Amino acid sequence: MFEFSSRLKTISYVLILIGAISVGFSFLAGGSDHHDEASHGEGEHATTEAHHSPAASHAHGHDAMPKTDDFSYHKGASRAIPKNNHFYTSPNAEHDAEHAHHQEQNKPWANLLVNSFFALAIGLGALFFMALQYAAQVGWTVVLLRVLEGITSFIWVPGLVILIIIVTGWFHLGGNHVYHWMAEGIMIPGSENYDSIIAGKEGYLNGPFFTIRSIIYLAGWIGAAFLLRKMSLKMEQSGVDYNQNWAKMRNVGAGFLVFFAVTSSMSAWDWIMSIDTHWFSTLFGWYVFSTIFVSSLTALMMVVLYLKGKGYLPEVNKSHIHDIAKFMFAFSIFWTYLWFSQYMLIWYSNIPEEVTYYMMRFDEYKVLFFTMVALNFIFPVTILMSRDSKRNRGFIFTAGIIILFGHWLDIFIMIMPGSVGASGSVTLINMGTLLGFVGLFILVVFNTIKKAPLMIKNHPMFVESKHFHI
Amino acid sequence: MATTNQIIVNALYDDDDVLLAGVKQVREKGLEIQEVYSPFPVHGLDKAMGLKETRIAIAAFMYGLLGLTTAISMTYGMLIIDWPMNIGGKPSFTWGENMPAFVPIMFELTVFFAAHLMVWTFFFRNKIYPGCKAQNPDPRTTDDKFLMEVVSSGDTEELMSLLKQTGAIEVSVNNAEHA
Repeated sequence: MFEFSSRLKTISYVLILIGAISVGFSFLAGGSDHHDEASHGEGEHATTEAHHSPAASHAHGHDAMPKTDDFSYHKGASRAIPKNNHFYTSPNAEHDAEHAHHQEQNKPWANLLVNSFFALAIGLGALFFMALQYAAQVGWTVVLLRVLEGITSFIWVPGLVILIIIVTGWFHLGGNHVYHWMAEGIMIPGSENYDSIIAGKEGYLNGPFFTIRSIIYLAGWIGAAFLLRKMSLKMEQSGVDYNQNWAKMRNVGAGFLVFFAVTSSMSAWDWIMSIDTHWFSTLFGWYVFSTIFVSSLTALMMVVLYLKGKGYLPEVNKSHIHDIAKFMFAFSIFWTYLWFSQYMLIWYSNIPEEVTYYMMRFDEYKVLFFTMVALNFIFPVTILMSRDSKRNRGFIFTAGIIILFGHWLDIFIMIMPGSVGASGSVTLINMGTLLGFVGLFILVVFNTIKKAPLMIKNHPMFVESKHFHI
Repeated sequence: MATTNQIIVNALYDDDDVLLAGVKQVREKGLEIQEVYSPFPVHGLDKAMGLKETRIAIAAFMYGLLGLTTAISMTYGMLIIDWPMNIGGKPSFTWGENMPAFVPIMFELTVFFAAHLMVWTFFFRNKIYPGCKAQNPDPRTTDDKFLMEVVSSGDTEELMSLLKQTGAIEVSVNNAEHA
């Protein structure tokens, strides 16, 4: 049995306090920004004007080839269809100023969404991995299942935060405009906020349906995690047919995988892709899934390494560690594959309504954007490529920190440009909120882990897993 | 490999676990195992035989780099130097600007070179390339039997009785010509 040391508990409380202070401060700071909204709006307008001028300059040089590598060229092209480009341009300055004001107000909410989605990703990916182990009746991971159960027990915490963000957005509370399509009048013809493209999506993107969907996803995930945990705890009781129980868990796991296949994609569209309401990508669900999966495997590795460092989990041997590290390595590449597939198709086809998504990220988030790719691809691949490094705690730990931070940054880049516009950057508030969620993670996960023995000794595959050797 | 005055003893087994235990016993006695033939990979046999860790991973990395270099020079030569093509309005003046379009080529050739050259390296290193003479001293090892070749450094009779004790079903002196 794992004992939750008071030292670790204190650390988690301190981290939660840091997080609470960061969130509180972000809301207070967001409120004080109301006073200079006018000047800020003008500033924003000026920058869009500045972007505008090179687009005009290319028009006079008809004899020369247009400089197609110039982003302002694309910007000009997309501005030719103002209604397609409602978010970044609009005919009147007042509208721009309103956007800028909303974007400033969005900062605390977007910050919460980034961090809670990242936290949710870790729990959800672990749940997917665990369900997969039961559905495929995997042998080698049995010694890890109790750790996975601990991580899956965390889902409700970020899930609750996401629900709060959704409901406050729906009722326009607290200046939450993260979801642009929730704006008042945006789907009503004749309204000054009217946007015909967004109005066309009303059947799917509307407050009640959106909220109901979100509740269904979360209820399904939390329910599956609860059910698998309950059935796993049955393995500790006497007088239970362990094999039959295990066979039943296979059905639960397989059923959940079907549910997850649909809901992981849909939740990604809903919670993240709908922020950039005009834009869409058919690859998006998979892309977010790869982030979810690689982050959670890395988190699993970190928890296992911590527990092993404290002398728990003697059954977890070098081969188990090696295999989880292989997963981290392989799914870092998988993430890159999907990230690049999405990026390259949009870059190549160069359709204004699609390419605005990456222009925003190239123009305003260049450093973060490329740092993120380096952290999520180049570092894990080079650090974890060799067999020896996959069996070395130091290497794995370094790669783990890089992967986790890289994927946090990935989610940051998915959410921030659409919700807070060009003014987003990684601040102490974001980092503090991240630490707060880390604290919550430690508290909830280790509280669950300590409640049951770390090994499912009656699991039919336990012996196989214990002797796992590659 | 066999020098003319070296005697090699063949021990045939019909169970991989017995074979593995036999290999360990023979090595404990300090005897040299020349080769083991098996119809399938036996888990832990390489460790028990004391084989050095494979260096094919390093070779694969080199081959991958070779493939990557090939892809870069190929795209550069063909689509930038020799015949710049404007596909979809993409700049074709420098390689760097057009790089994302070349990534699939770079990826595929890296994988292609690494995979194919690794297979051929494996074939040549293990002398099973096409046209190579079969080394297998007993055709039954391609079906359900395992064979261990032990170099006799002293008393051959004693070695043969030792091999019998380890559970070998047949023990004989190898007369076959070795490459």
